[in-house]
Amino acid sequence: MIATKRTRFHVWLSTFTLTALLGFLGFSTRATPCANTTPEDHEKSILAFRAVASVMTSPRCLNCHVPGDAPLQGDDNHPHPMNVKRGIDGKGSPSLHCSACHQAENAKFLHGPPGAADWQVPPANTPMAWKGLTMGDLCRTLKDPAKNGNRSVQDLIPHMETSLVRWAWNPGPGRTLPPLSHDEFVSRLKEWIDTGAACPE
Amino acid sequence: MDTTRFTINGKPVELQIDPSTPLLWAIRENLGLTGAKFGCGMALCGACTVHVEGNAVRSCVTPVKAITNKHVTTIEGLAPDRSHPVQRAWLQLQVPQCGYCQCGQIMSAAALLAAIPHPSDADIDDAMAGNICRCGTYARIRKAIHLAAEMAGGQK
Repeated sequence: MIATKRTRFHVWLSTFTLTALLGFLGFSTRATPCANTTPEDHEKSILAFRAVASVMTSPRCLNCHVPGDAPLQGDDNHPHPMNVKRGIDGKGSPSLHCSACHQAENAKFLHGPPGAADWQVPPANTPMAWKGLTMGDLCRTLKDPAKNGNRSVQDLIPHMETSLVRWAWNPGPGRTLPPLSHDEFVSRLKEWIDTGAACPE
Repeated sequence: MDTTRFTINGKPVELQIDPSTPLLWAIRENLGLTGAKFGCGMALCGACTVHVEGNAVRSCVTPVKAITNKHVTTIEGLAPDRSHPVQRAWLQLQVPQCGYCQCGQIMSAAALLAAIPHPSDADIDDAMAGNICRCGTYARIRKAIHLAAEMAGGQK
């Protein structure tokens, strides 16, 4: 009986120590506050991320951040016609590049090919796919350098200023806009980072 | 009107033209090269395909300002003596029916073989799916691309 109690204590102590150590080292994947943020910051961070995610999951972003080998189109996320493929570099198949149709700017007519400088989808080795992810998984994917193009969370800010990302707010005729303005989107992204880049469960 | 300079079929040209004019208009109306065809005008059918720096491009949605100082090749410049393996394969297998889409088909096929000298059926599907043929000559197109790959290999 005494041995059992001692064993339980040791198991509890080991679990507590391991949890504390992992938490200290930042290995936790739960929605626990970071060591250097307050619970208030943590809540703000989660709210800020939800706002960021509302843009990331809008059709203008989601249609290219897909698993598999081909981009999607439209507000209903239908497959891109013409058997278009991602390609190794994200710029199409070797014989049918994205730039065959997508120029540096939008076509002026309804449903014409959208365009921006460096039009592409994420490359095959880092597809940055978030279609179908939960809010928490989306957040962790965004933070993981192995899945986000080897970026720190700070590096995400300049990415959101590229012409390709900014295109989402100038998508050409017939396409809906993300739910936040670009300024508000970047502001909420910075708020999320500044408050600890916390992730929902 | 602005001055736009580029090279077409190996010859430098200079056009006084609105920079937003589609390349297809410049090729057909200003330069008199009528091989590339107007089909949909929305990059949906491939009839207007030309090469820009060797890559297949839909000229109906490409503004001339995008090709400034670049090299453009049309069907007329692919091989003026019709000796390109794709042209020879097309003739040998009598690929076209009505023919309207075929200049675009040939230009896409030539770009494919330049990128992948011995394409699989899947490679052909990837490259050619954007070129529509309302006569349905797709089976002959596929055969001709494989034949052109053999012909090009035999030339080496």
